[in-house]
Amino acid sequence: MSGDRASDRINQRILAVDHLSMRFGGIVAVNDLSFEAGQRQITALIGPNGAGKTTVFNCITGFYKPTGGTMRLTHEGAPAIALERLNDFRISKQAKVARTFQNIRLFPGMTALENLMVAQHNALMLASGLTFLGLIGAPSWRVAEQRAIDLATFWLKRIGLLDRADDAAGNLPYGDQRRLEIARAMCTEPALLCLDEPAAGLNARESAALSELLLSIRAEQGTSILLIEHDMSVVMEISDHVVVMDYGVKIAEGSPQQVRDDPKVIAAYLGADEEEAIAVMESGT
Amino acid sequence: MTGVSGSPSEPKPAAGAPGFGAVLKTGATSAFVALILFSLMIGIRTEAGPTGQLIYWTRFGDLASLVAAVFVGSIAVELVRQWWGPAGGRVVPASVQNGLSIAGRFVAPALLVFTLLVPVIFYDQRYILDLGILVLTYVMLGWGLNVVVGLAGLLDLGYVAFYAVGAYSYALLATNFGLSFWICLPLAGILASLWGVLLGFPVLRLRGDYLAIVTLAFGEIIRLVIINWQSLTGGPNGISGIPRPSLFGIPLTPGDDGLAAMLGIEFSPTHRIVFLFYLILALALLTNWVTIRLRRLPIGRAWEALREDEVACRALGINTTTTKLTAFATGAMFGGFAGAFFATRQGFISPESFTFQESALVLAIVVLGGMGSQLGVALAALAMIGGFELFRGLEQYRMLVFGLAMVLLMIWRPRGLIGHRAPTVYLKHAQAISSDLVKEGHG
Repeated sequence: MSGDRASDRINQRILAVDHLSMRFGGIVAVNDLSFEAGQRQITALIGPNGAGKTTVFNCITGFYKPTGGTMRLTHEGAPAIALERLNDFRISKQAKVARTFQNIRLFPGMTALENLMVAQHNALMLASGLTFLGLIGAPSWRVAEQRAIDLATFWLKRIGLLDRADDAAGNLPYGDQRRLEIARAMCTEPALLCLDEPAAGLNARESAALSELLLSIRAEQGTSILLIEHDMSVVMEISDHVVVMDYGVKIAEGSPQQVRDDPKVIAAYLGADEEEAIAVMESGT
Repeated sequence: MTGVSGSPSEPKPAAGAPGFGAVLKTGATSAFVALILFSLMIGIRTEAGPTGQLIYWTRFGDLASLVAAVFVGSIAVELVRQWWGPAGGRVVPASVQNGLSIAGRFVAPALLVFTLLVPVIFYDQRYILDLGILVLTYVMLGWGLNVVVGLAGLLDLGYVAFYAVGAYSYALLATNFGLSFWICLPLAGILASLWGVLLGFPVLRLRGDYLAIVTLAFGEIIRLVIINWQSLTGGPNGISGIPRPSLFGIPLTPGDDGLAAMLGIEFSPTHRIVFLFYLILALALLTNWVTIRLRRLPIGRAWEALREDEVACRALGINTTTTKLTAFATGAMFGGFAGAFFATRQGFISPESFTFQESALVLAIVVLGGMGSQLGVALAALAMIGGFELFRGLEQYRMLVFGLAMVLLMIWRPRGLIGHRAPTVYLKHAQAISSDLVKEGHG
């Protein structure tokens, strides 16, 4: 059955990372990493600190140019896009890949609503006739602006921040800022949403709400999600597929259950040998 | 020595504040620093004697009184600071800030009405009208630079370059090709924004100090080119005989075809001054209107987002290159307009008008006004240019007063006169965003 599921995944993949390598001088942060993320699936990238997860994210989202390997992004019914050939903003604009950051990067001096409006920059820029139509207040621009406000309102409602729409983003509590950052990424209407530790610093209740939000995003918007996460309760609950990294290489991959029971994974997390990990597991069960 | 024994009036320490001892210690420290600083500057006076030898005499009395003044003064400042409330964080009480923000709503319309009436009220006072034109020129320059520095957060120390490009564009086009002011004005703006883009390209990757230095150099390069390209610009001699503007083709001259003759009123040179006043007012208001509009358009929001976090902008698919270039180009365009106006008003321009000091002055106006605030910039321009003239009677001390005023302003309102930010879009009500949250930009 799991075999069926795997082949299914390969037919409908949104992202295929193939032999990805990233070197910084003599340091190999990511070494020959290959994995796939399925269409409308939640793929988790986990691993101990310093495993190279965020580096993979930075390669996928165009902040780093990988030293080697390819990353193919396939939208439904469209030819594949070579992500390694696009640079910074084009990944979001053309390939429709949105991301959040490990340390929240909102625009703190702008309101929550403004943050979501900035996210719709490219669509609004076209609607404003590259500013000129907007400057003279053309009716088509007003309609587009209202639509953008409606989309922002929709997402604010979705993350439960409608009441605080006019508050500065920097004034919101930490958990709200995390959700606002996800909403902001969703306002770019992405096909693939990359979340870098979305549950970091959240309490158990907020983590549960986050899991619910991510599942609903996948169900309702049909967005594929790739996430880095340390909070195993979130990973195990929502992931369809888990990729485990350590020291820049993939050490395991599979369903959450398979990964949880993999001695190599446990060894990596405990910082111990494989044999020791097996011993720990056996004594535990 | 003598200073430390200066007798302060017995102050009562405020409740919850550090004790009298701590205050005394602060005073003593200040007095000690003053003693070291002034012992050579004030304490010993040197002069060349009648036969050329060095003679000197001591002025310990003056030194002692100065140190005593510093001691008492610093104790007074310390006590005032304690009485004012807990030090650190916000120094201005909330009530005062609220009051200011309420007053702020009425300041702008009142100021606009007053400005419109200035030529009526002060019709006979040429000096006031000239000063008004000067202030408005700097208001316009401030608003133009505000796009680059206040909104996009890119520190530009060479803004005067665009002012110069605009001025020389008009001067050269008008004197060589006989083009009218109204044709040259958009051309001057376009040429200046072209140079803005040219400056923008090399500095796209620079941040902070590096950006500031390159823009500073750019301003100097433009000035040096103007000085040395004698065949085109006349070098240090400048360009004279720049035509005066006309009211859509009707010259403001005493002749038969002049405006006065056409309206059947007696000619007065003041007409031209009044016309220039309204011309720069219109140009400044255009700058203001466009900037306010742009802030509410995606491009303006992208500028502010760029100031807040460039990395996040890139992650959202915003092309930071074109966003920065449009900020430079828009700011430069307004500088070019102001330059063209400057040329037509003066009738003569030379490189001396476009020194770094001008850039610094305009930047000071933007920073003092509160980066990004249109009203703040206007108030700062009024205070800087108008205030400077106001203190003309103080002669050499006015620079001192001026510096002191700036230091005090920066202590009480470190983010400028109007430091808070008004949101560009809102669902229920627009509330001002505290300056603590708004970033200053990285460049």
